[in-house]
Amino acid sequence: MPETVSRISIACRVNGEPRRAEAYPMARLLDVLREEMHLTGTKEGCGEGECGACAVLLNGAIVNSCLVPAIEADGADIRTIEGIARGDQLNAVQEAFLECGGAQCGICTPGMIIASVALLERHPHPSNAEIREGLAGNLCRCTGYQKIFVAVVRACESASEKGPAIR
Amino acid sequence: MEEKFFGHSVIRKEGREKVTGRARYVDDLAFPEMIHGVTVRSSIARGRIRGIRYGEGIPWSEFTIVTAADIPGKNEIALIEHDQPCLASEVINHPEEPIVLLAHPDRYLLEEARRAVQIDVEPLPAIFSMEDSIAKRAVIFGEDNVFKAYHLEKGDVDAAWAKADIIVEGEYRTAAQEQLYIENQGMIATANPADGVTIWGSLQCPYYVHKALVALFGLPAEKIRVIQAETGGGFGGKEEYPSIIAAHAALLAWKSGKRVKIIYDRAEDMVATTKRHPSRTRHRTGVTRDGKLVAMDIDFVIDGGAYATLSSVVLSRGTIHGAGPYFVPNLRVQARAVATNAPPHGAFRGFGAPQAIFAVERHMDQVARAVNLTPEEFRRRNFLRKGQTTATGQLVNEDVNFDALLDRAFRESDYHAKRERFARENPGATIKRGIGFASFMHGAGFTGSGEVYLASVVEVEATREGIVRVLAASTEIGQGANTIFSQIAADALGISYDRIEIARPDTGAVPNSGPTVASRTSMVVGHLVETAALGIKRQLVDSGLLCDACTEDEFVRACKRYIETRGPLRSRTQYEPPPGLQWNDKTYSGDAYGTYAWAVYVAEVAVDTVTFEARVTDFVAVQEIGKVIHPVLAAGQIEGGVAQAIGMALYENVVWRDGRMANGQMTNYIMPTAADIPPIRVFFEEQPYPFGPHGAKGIGELPMDGPAPAIVNAIENATGICVREIPATPEVMMEAMTEKAGALA
Amino acid sequence: MRAYVPSYDLRVPGSLSETLALLAREPGVWQPFAGGTDLMVLLEAGKLPHKRFLSLSKLDDLRGIEATADFVILGAMTTYAEIQKHPVLQAEFPLLCAAARETGSVATQNRGTLGGNIVNASPAADSPPALLVYDAEIELVSQRGARWLPYHGFHTGYKKMQLASDELLRAIRLPRRAKPWRQYYRKVGTRKAQAISKVCFAGAALVEGGAIREIRIALGSVAPLVLRAVKTEDALRGRLVTPAVIASAMETLAREIAPIDDIRSTARYRLRVAQNLLEEFLSQLAK
Repeated sequence: MPETVSRISIACRVNGEPRRAEAYPMARLLDVLREEMHLTGTKEGCGEGECGACAVLLNGAIVNSCLVPAIEADGADIRTIEGIARGDQLNAVQEAFLECGGAQCGICTPGMIIASVALLERHPHPSNAEIREGLAGNLCRCTGYQKIFVAVVRACESASEKGPAIR
Repeated sequence: MEEKFFGHSVIRKEGREKVTGRARYVDDLAFPEMIHGVTVRSSIARGRIRGIRYGEGIPWSEFTIVTAADIPGKNEIALIEHDQPCLASEVINHPEEPIVLLAHPDRYLLEEARRAVQIDVEPLPAIFSMEDSIAKRAVIFGEDNVFKAYHLEKGDVDAAWAKADIIVEGEYRTAAQEQLYIENQGMIATANPADGVTIWGSLQCPYYVHKALVALFGLPAEKIRVIQAETGGGFGGKEEYPSIIAAHAALLAWKSGKRVKIIYDRAEDMVATTKRHPSRTRHRTGVTRDGKLVAMDIDFVIDGGAYATLSSVVLSRGTIHGAGPYFVPNLRVQARAVATNAPPHGAFRGFGAPQAIFAVERHMDQVARAVNLTPEEFRRRNFLRKGQTTATGQLVNEDVNFDALLDRAFRESDYHAKRERFARENPGATIKRGIGFASFMHGAGFTGSGEVYLASVVEVEATREGIVRVLAASTEIGQGANTIFSQIAADALGISYDRIEIARPDTGAVPNSGPTVASRTSMVVGHLVETAALGIKRQLVDSGLLCDACTEDEFVRACKRYIETRGPLRSRTQYEPPPGLQWNDKTYSGDAYGTYAWAVYVAEVAVDTVTFEARVTDFVAVQEIGKVIHPVLAAGQIEGGVAQAIGMALYENVVWRDGRMANGQMTNYIMPTAADIPPIRVFFEEQPYPFGPHGAKGIGELPMDGPAPAIVNAIENATGICVREIPATPEVMMEAMTEKAGALA
Repeated sequence: MRAYVPSYDLRVPGSLSETLALLAREPGVWQPFAGGTDLMVLLEAGKLPHKRFLSLSKLDDLRGIEATADFVILGAMTTYAEIQKHPVLQAEFPLLCAAARETGSVATQNRGTLGGNIVNASPAADSPPALLVYDAEIELVSQRGARWLPYHGFHTGYKKMQLASDELLRAIRLPRRAKPWRQYYRKVGTRKAQAISKVCFAGAALVEGGAIREIRIALGSVAPLVLRAVKTEDALRGRLVTPAVIASAMETLAREIAPIDDIRSTARYRLRVAQNLLEEFLSQLAK
């Protein structure tokens, strides 16, 4: 049998709730979320940090969870797609994706929504170029990105109208 | 029938689940006591298996190990031919061919075990190119490496050359392309002799998987059950391949007695699964001095990889689409699908048409130049019109108006003004700009008698609460099938969209409405949904419980009454071909498809002479599609297809080393990001097709056909270089631009 | 094919001294782990033979960007996101900001670090050409003490560098004299974003009266290591920027770099484009 190190204990906040898990230190945060915490909204698309399907907010910043070792989740504040809506109330980005056709097969959608939320936090009224750059780390094979751009613009408009609902 | 939902952009049926992360794809499904499986594969392209060794340091007794010897029925993946084994037993015919399956509860240990299995092989000579296959450097399939050949003749090509003033020849190549759905392939299986086999998976065609497992296990049909999980993209890549991974999961489940999940990681998915067939097309075209097509001779070859799989059907579609949307009075197409020692190539959106259309649309620009006509003037003199016949002799019986499509595409893209401006500004500019177009058509549905052979069935049932359920095997894979079926059924019954439920595609519960391929789901199956829904209404009316004109409440009450007094309220419809369709499989002539969608796409490019990179800066897609069912979904199909085709044209390059994809990672196989894709502007024309629901034609694959030739035509306009292969990577562009500069020096 | 994750140890020392003690006590046993954007990819691909890592995530000594009168000093754990946001870097070291912006995606930039990039020593790294052009110096620390050395010369061959087995990269400093220089950075990748470079070019020059008083040129992806093109610099120093001088410099560059065919591109392409980028840089100087 190959040699094995001990699993570590992780205590963190996920979507505002305290969570605990056990994992090998270099297990991926993605696997801790999906397998240990049963939060399957975050997806694996490539395992190499290229597709963005695994994107989450780690201490407020967007990261690819397939490249974050489990041990760094300890003491961290994590936000996943499951924490974007408030109960049944979808946030402005989710509403816009629904209205504008931003999701087709939906597998890139959790990461794309996280990336859109992160973008709108940095740039509340992004230019087209800023939208493209902000989402360039999230690959979508279905939409050609067009309706995703429309959705992001719609989300900022509705956020301005109704008051902040991006976060 | 009032169109309350048809033609409107209603909210996607399963949209809320998708934007909240609640949609459950196969890897999201966990069951108690489920174990994991992996596949041990060949590292060489061709050879004889001499032995299998299980290395040290792994507790093998804890593992379930499956080889070909464990297959209860036939060691075969049943599709069209019978040449592809489920697991290789004596001979290996391609790199990554599956040989051994392993299962264990520990996913990490499983990978370690996979590394520890050694396959002893005696290599055999392998072939990797179409040329080597045709030359029979080694014979790896049948007598001559040819999976299938078609010979299509129209008129008298040999005599017709004499009537041509000018003859133009050209050779064009397209490369393999990976479907790159963002959700990797995966399956979960339970299997035992008593209960049979149950599969959950990421797939497009539950009944294809069903058929394959019946043969593999030698079990009766009712003992095999295949259920589709939410599927993260398919594009054809999950048409036939899932049968293999389902078979593997089921074999491990059979032997272990446990539920088994196999999920590929991206690297395995890229190197082991199917890709678009590479192609080589040779055109020989005769025209009169004033640009009328007189004769076309086309030699079309596709590389099928090591096993036949669907190559014959891909070949068929490429053959039929090879002459483009033009009237060609004398035509010969000789088409072959040949074998090489690469993993089998398979279905990918377009399915032979993008390959054939790339060639003909590039070639038409060359022919135009040879007779001193602009690309559009040449085409205007040759576009198919109502009353003329296609390549297969099919009479065009609709008012196809390519002139109008071309006019609209040029207007929306500002084609002429830009062409003139670029010609003025390009000399001396570092960035050369160009604009080009492609005109094309795509036949929807299965070819010829295919739809009759499929004999698709749809059922619709109503519940006591007045919920209407659509039962079909058509799978939602992002294209919007659930939404469209709901719109159609809702309008047929005059009830709310929210009352329609689409049953999960489960071979244990839904009839076979055929595979989710060939741009048939809206046009063919949607029509069946409408008919079946109307059947429910008729039963209620005939029973006296409802009037023809009724409110939704009356409908709901009638359903309740009917079920309480008479039993289940169900309607079943089977496909009937449109009247008058005639197809001859032997001569490959007649009505190839019920109808075609017609399109003109315009691409604007910028070529950077410092880096030789071409990028698309604007894209206009104009198409006539019968009737738009859902404006946002329809545009979404076109936009997504155009983006995939931009990838095919410029970015997506499979690097082959001894038959194996060497760049099987997303880092090195390049699909366009949000920063690479231009605005894609989509416009629809509508000429209702009488046999599609509300007149709709199929559109899923159409957008894959036009962009590549439009883009490469635009590159030629920008730089004067004549690129005849895709992807037109910067390395290819550099060689061509250097060669041209050298020739001019 | 994922490596056997349970074999991999990742410890998180609480202080720099604890880290250095471990490196000194067991030289070669522990490797530093910064943002993980390179190492985790290798782990996933089953290509990470080394199994014992020290996370630098708790080492505040390695974080922060400080601007003094003469230098900007960046901690080794400075992320690409932090680089792009810093006003002094934006104003005086635009090539480094451009490189940071073009590295991976926003998500990568939040995790990837400058120190990790240097020590990973990929010849295709995006920031090192900018660092070379800016005459960067790096600080290496160990239990034996701390030393500064020029970044130029730190790499001695493919993935080989002057880093002792008990040493850790602590900081990078850039002398604040770049402002008057004309600066140019261009990365040519496989697509517009999230791309490994095929050729990467960084250049800066002090131009007076149409002549090049001083110049720096550095390239990535055209040699086994990121390269300062010193021969090409020598050929240009003191010269007027004329078409003949540009053409001659392009030829010198061709002899100085050693591009290869690989999975992403060809030697011919890299050579030609490197020359074109040099030409583009120099032509801008002539204006």
